Amino acid sequence: MNTHFKTYYPYVSPFDPCKPMVKKTYSTPPNLYLGFQPPNLPQFTPMEALRAGTLWKPLYDPWYSPYEKGKKGVPS
Amino acid sequence: MWIYEKKLQYPVRVSTCNPMLAKFLIEQYGGADGELAAALRYLNQRYTIPDRVIGLLTDIGTEEFAHLEMIATMVYKLTKDATPEQLKTAGLGDHYVDHGKDLFYHNAAGVPFTATYIQAKGDPITDLYEDIAAEEKARATYQWIINMSDDTDLNDALRFLREREIVHSQRFREAVEILKEEQGKKKIF
Ligand SMILES: [Fe+2]
Repeated sequence: MNTHFKTYYPYVSPFDPCKPMVKKTYSTPPNLYLGFQPPNLPQFTPMEALRAGTLWKPLYDPWYSPYEKGKKGVPS
Repeated sequence: MWIYEKKLQYPVRVSTCNPMLAKFLIEQYGGADGELAAALRYLNQRYTIPDRVIGLLTDIGTEEFAHLEMIATMVYKLTKDATPEQLKTAGLGDHYVDHGKDLFYHNAAGVPFTATYIQAKGDPITDLYEDIAAEEKARATYQWIINMSDDTDLNDALRFLREREIVHSQRFREAVEILKEEQGKKKIF
């Protein structure tokens, strides 16, 4: 499966006014890779799907704030 | 015609009294890539798009109104019990002066909603590419709101909304593939 994040490392100047964020990340959600959805992809159960926002496991890509403990995987 | 179900698409729970989040959430209410813009954009494109993708635009356009309702509920919950003083410190003083506690269709910076946020180019591929971009922009907006919020219950609903943007983008991408036509066509020689 594809990663839901990509990272890069921009140039850091010795004269930067703020503490540099060395590593930058950006979102690459699964819709970028799936193409036309093939039949018979793995599904969540109906209850899980209602919470996840999608029936399809390969389309699930939850986003957490830095304040939240990232609990990836099946929605609880 | 629409049939209204008197419940939210996903339960909205807000656990901390933080009216400033309402100011941020308004971006998804009356902002350029918000739910209102999305709904109006898709429902308007339906009439002049090839019939194979009309249903998709109806479905997604309708769902965007359900999202609009969720955002409205969040904003309402976050502001209904706030004192004028709290609204002022939350940066909502300007809003309160003009609208009291009413919601209004403007973005997080107070710019009123305008139809120029949405396009209708009369070219199916162009319109669908705009729709894909709109979904990705809404997804990004939800990321930035979630990043600024430490309300786990609120973020739970925002996560749901962001996931829906991913699914919508996927479906619009498939609509493009359908209109490209060659996809999946068996060539028999
Ligand atoms: Fe959407």
